[in-house]
Amino acid sequence: MLAYIVRRLMVLPVILLGVTVFIFGIFSFLDPKMRAGLYVKDIPKSPDALQRIIAKYGLDDPIHVQYWRWLNQIVRGNFGWSKTAQRPVLQALGHYFPATAELALWAAIPVLVVGVWLGILSALHHNRPLDHTTRVFALVGWSFPSFVYGLLMLMVFYAMLKWFPPGRISDWVTREVIGGTFKQYSGMYTLDALLNGRLDVFADALRHLIMPVLTLSYIQWALLLRVTRSSMLETLRQEYVMTARSKGLKERIVVYKHAARNAMIPVATMGGLLLVGLLNGVVLTETVFNYPGLGRWAATAATQLDILTVLGFTLFNAVLLVAGNLIVDILYAVIDPRIRLE
Amino acid sequence: MRTVKQLLRNPLSLTGLLLLIFFIAVAIAAPWLAPPERPREPYRIVQHGYSPTPAPPGVDNPFEGIWRVITGQAKLSQVKPFGTTEGQYDVYYGVVWGTRTAFKVGLYITGATLVIGVLIGSIAAYFGRLVDEVIMRLTDIFFAFPFLVAAMTMAAVLQPRLGRGLTTAMIALIIFGWMGYARLIRGDILSVKERDYVAAARAAGAGHLRIIFRHILPNAIYPTLVVASMDIGSYVISFSALSFLGLGAEVGYADWGQMLSFARAWIPRLHQFWWIVLYPSLAILLFTLGWNLVGDALRDILDPRLRGRTTV
Repeated sequence: MLAYIVRRLMVLPVILLGVTVFIFGIFSFLDPKMRAGLYVKDIPKSPDALQRIIAKYGLDDPIHVQYWRWLNQIVRGNFGWSKTAQRPVLQALGHYFPATAELALWAAIPVLVVGVWLGILSALHHNRPLDHTTRVFALVGWSFPSFVYGLLMLMVFYAMLKWFPPGRISDWVTREVIGGTFKQYSGMYTLDALLNGRLDVFADALRHLIMPVLTLSYIQWALLLRVTRSSMLETLRQEYVMTARSKGLKERIVVYKHAARNAMIPVATMGGLLLVGLLNGVVLTETVFNYPGLGRWAATAATQLDILTVLGFTLFNAVLLVAGNLIVDILYAVIDPRIRLE
Repeated sequence: MRTVKQLLRNPLSLTGLLLLIFFIAVAIAAPWLAPPERPREPYRIVQHGYSPTPAPPGVDNPFEGIWRVITGQAKLSQVKPFGTTEGQYDVYYGVVWGTRTAFKVGLYITGATLVIGVLIGSIAAYFGRLVDEVIMRLTDIFFAFPFLVAAMTMAAVLQPRLGRGLTTAMIALIIFGWMGYARLIRGDILSVKERDYVAAARAAGAGHLRIIFRHILPNAIYPTLVVASMDIGSYVISFSALSFLGLGAEVGYADWGQMLSFARAWIPRLHQFWWIVLYPSLAILLFTLGWNLVGDALRDILDPRLRGRTTV
């Protein structure tokens, strides 16, 4: 087990180094003049000034020298200045992270619970009407680009019915949070509201979360349902399930205690894919719902050519994904002893 | 042939096939369904004026309006079957020509990623050892980025050089799209390359290229082709997402995602201007649903683990 983890950990630096080389590669795709523009607040008036900036920051140096200099800055946490957020990129990442984390954590609950439940249900009713209905439901979700789904929800539940507003909190809550006695522990409003004992704030934050959370979950259900369903079908055919049945165990126990537990093993490998879906989905969902998190910040930056922000965000995503995949792989080996032997 | 028959027998995949046939027909008939005002630039959505407020459909029954346009009884600007967006871009025109854009984007991206993926995967698998190791680690690095985030970054960096447009967004998506095919074909080639006829070809003095292209690829490429053909729908989604964010097709181009990005400015009043959301949304949804219905059924038919066991 330990050998497996060590082996996996050894690959990690290689991947991370590759990721930085790649990000820098994208960065150096811009010519020195464009990059010079990223270092200064105002556009220099004379061409001389531009040349001076290029010389000062060494933007014409050989590429490996520039990469080394850049990497040194990154390791020290200097990602540059985010024009969109009007603060350093690293600080902005910290500033927007709680909002996105709150959204992602809330979304994880319906994604996992409903996705797995529908998958099991679908497998138990294999090729019967319920199976077909859930599959169509999931396939429609899979075919919905999240921003289309989001727009349609906004049209019905915000513009028409006024039930769920976009954004993150209402104005009166903003005043409360900034000026009042409301203490911010985690930056996640639902959690902080509970810690402060403010149910009204909690309700308001939740009301804003419902639509983005549903959007994020619906597009993920299809993926989870498909894997759970086929894995469950496979498991139900195993001989030990037949043994359990012939022992006279109740169907409920056979399904949930004997079959479902083993069927969950392949589902665990989905963790990485679900994380990718979440990271991608957050950009679009936050943009549609005007939810002030990492995704909306990065999307705005991308359209305004705020390259340093975009690169910082991408690097952050890549590190998160690499770490996430590592954890999933290790968990997989923990759950299923057969993996370690390979 | 058996596969086709099975696709036709299943009601879900049959619906999918019909949807795809419908969209192909719309794409082919576009000049007839929505006659362009400037035949040289058919992909520029026809504008009926410049007013910033979206205008409602000019007829109660959109089908009747479309019929009158097709038969030449009325001009598009008189009927406006699906209404207009801000800037008076005709929604019906955009949806019809957007079908062509969708196919174009889907086919180009899939074609390019497939060629790149197959080339890289074949090289890795055929030469093995160090080459394989290096290429596969490289794929890992590409996989370290969430697809859409990476494509968004790439498009943002490419824009100052190439300008905003179809090409920029497609290149960005292609750069991060090939890895899955490379892995898939690599696995299949690894199992094919040890076969006797490959050894025989090598003994007969055939060169690397000849062995790869004549003997190995034709026997290994089929699964990759099937997977790729089913990815067309999801590439169209990704492209429309980039367009929606403002990193894809330029403003006024007949592209569904770009048309939906108009709606972002009108969110509090969307129930009034429902047509700017409903029609392009429906187009994207039905298009991708068509691909996914067929793809899902194909996967069930071709997945060897489930084959012949469907009667459980």
